[in-house]
Amino acid sequence: MKYSSIKDNLRTIKLSSWLGWAMESNWADPFLFAIYSVIRPIASSLILVFMYMVVTGGKTKTELFAYIYIGNAFFMYVYNVLFGISWVIHEDREHYQTIKYIYIAPIRMYYYLFGRGTAKMIITTFAVIIAIAFGMVILKIPVDLGKVNYPLLLVSMLVGLFIITCLGVLLAGVMILTAHHSWYLTEGIAGIFFLACGAIYPIDILPIWLQYLSKILPLTYWLELLRRAVLGKSLSVTLSYYSNFQLMLIMLVTTAFLAMFSHYIYRTFDHIARRYGRIDQLTNY
Amino acid sequence: MLSDFAVETLDLCRSFKLKKAKKENNDGLVTALDNVSLTIRKGELFGLLGPNGAGKTTLIKILSTLLLPTSGKALVDGIDVVRHPEKVRKRINMVTGGETSGYGILTVRETLWMFSQFYGIPTRIVRERIDHMLKLLDMEKFARTKIGKLSSGMRQKMNIIRGFICDPEILFLDEPTLGLDVQISRDVRKYIKRWVKENTKKTVLLTTHYMAEADELCDRLAIIDQGKVLICDSPSNLKKSLKRDAVFHIEVGLLTDGLDRFKAVSGVKSFAYEHRHHLGRTLLKFILEDDSVISNVTGTLSQNGSKIITLSKVEPTLEDVFVSLVGKGLEQ
Repeated sequence: MKYSSIKDNLRTIKLSSWLGWAMESNWADPFLFAIYSVIRPIASSLILVFMYMVVTGGKTKTELFAYIYIGNAFFMYVYNVLFGISWVIHEDREHYQTIKYIYIAPIRMYYYLFGRGTAKMIITTFAVIIAIAFGMVILKIPVDLGKVNYPLLLVSMLVGLFIITCLGVLLAGVMILTAHHSWYLTEGIAGIFFLACGAIYPIDILPIWLQYLSKILPLTYWLELLRRAVLGKSLSVTLSYYSNFQLMLIMLVTTAFLAMFSHYIYRTFDHIARRYGRIDQLTNY
Repeated sequence: MLSDFAVETLDLCRSFKLKKAKKENNDGLVTALDNVSLTIRKGELFGLLGPNGAGKTTLIKILSTLLLPTSGKALVDGIDVVRHPEKVRKRINMVTGGETSGYGILTVRETLWMFSQFYGIPTRIVRERIDHMLKLLDMEKFARTKIGKLSSGMRQKMNIIRGFICDPEILFLDEPTLGLDVQISRDVRKYIKRWVKENTKKTVLLTTHYMAEADELCDRLAIIDQGKVLICDSPSNLKKSLKRDAVFHIEVGLLTDGLDRFKAVSGVKSFAYEHRHHLGRTLLKFILEDDSVISNVTGTLSQNGSKIITLSKVEPTLEDVFVSLVGKGLEQ
């Protein structure tokens, strides 16, 4: 990649992040912004907490509770950023009607989509921090800030956000060709990851055939590494055989495959959309 | 410089599949462009004139890399739009009329700045350019207004500036004055003319179904109907081609039935009409072989009991050229 391309791509990310932030934060209404970015994710975490308390008779000081709480907190990134990136296509095409002007500009759509997702990443980061702090202070989740493996947390987070970006781009490619199914698609895909990636339970309890799916999804390793970094351990028997280094390596390899697959899907669907005239086609859904 | 031509198309075709419900009476394909071959020179303000659904927007979409052709070739500055869309995008921009696009949360200035940044134009230059363009299009007082609060006319003006802000080599204007009021349309046309005059190497491809707009702005134009280019020349040459014919406009009371019979009158080469409901009148437009044929026309009108309100022999306009080629008016 030439220097000018890097510079151009960084500029695209900066611009679309700025645009995404302006739209997400909606400066005109800070109250709504607060609800959306902070209160909502905490409320959804609490739903899970209360469900767990009902089932276990109020026991929150268990390893499983910490496993579920931390997994669920970090999974907010998957839902929010995946949705944030892929939904850009629908918003820019149907609501703002700007997609054709963005599309014909000399920028790479990947970077534009990534930039738009960055705003969601920032907002979600606040939400995750608040959710974990809430868990530590109120629910006594055993996170010892002095013992957190920060290098592992940082590297895992960076790779994880790249994974979610690849998934977002992949879905954005599909969304170029879809209309009112877009919402269900994102919900559905996020639901599959929630089910298969060990977000709120170890993958060991899944049927064997579903565990195969779990093992090819980089998000499974991402969540495992995050738990190890924050809690110092995890509960998955299957993944316990791997060291942090081995898990990181597996995550990087599966991420590389995901990145290639995502690129291929986006390019293919983009080409099909150009062939059928769908890039800027208003469906009014 | 890659080519002497800003735009070249060769046997360009584009068809669309109809949805199931509409397939019943045909093969399910609609031809939007039918072997279109055109060349537009650099520095030209070239017009595509045709009724709604003629294929103008389809051609612009192909040239701006939004749509792939079914067959044929399309080159922009000598670059194939199918094979190298990313190279084409560095040279072009586009404005589409009659829409209300934009991020409502951003101000006019922020929007223009953002789009210019996608083209990598330094902020210092952009600031001056935005100020200059807002002034020229009388939009200075709206610079800090959020787009969501702009009227549709002002939004369209801002979109026009967005098209010009990156100073593209080739600009596609698709019905840029559609839905605008008279004064704003005039401002926009004035601006387009000025830009082309000041930038002699820049090219504009303008689609319109407003005859006067095409006549006023274009160096050359192509008349397009049902996906086919019927003729391509300068407006003056096109009008000259009708000089030997006699062009008459006759106003009668509102006449809605049996209009086709005028086509059968001996010596009538082409005929079109335009209902003016607000006046309760119909304007009949005839292209005749010679002046003497007018008596046949007035005779037919008398037989029908239609009273002639005005009758005038007129200089051929682009609309008459269109009528002579297509056999109907643009609004019919």
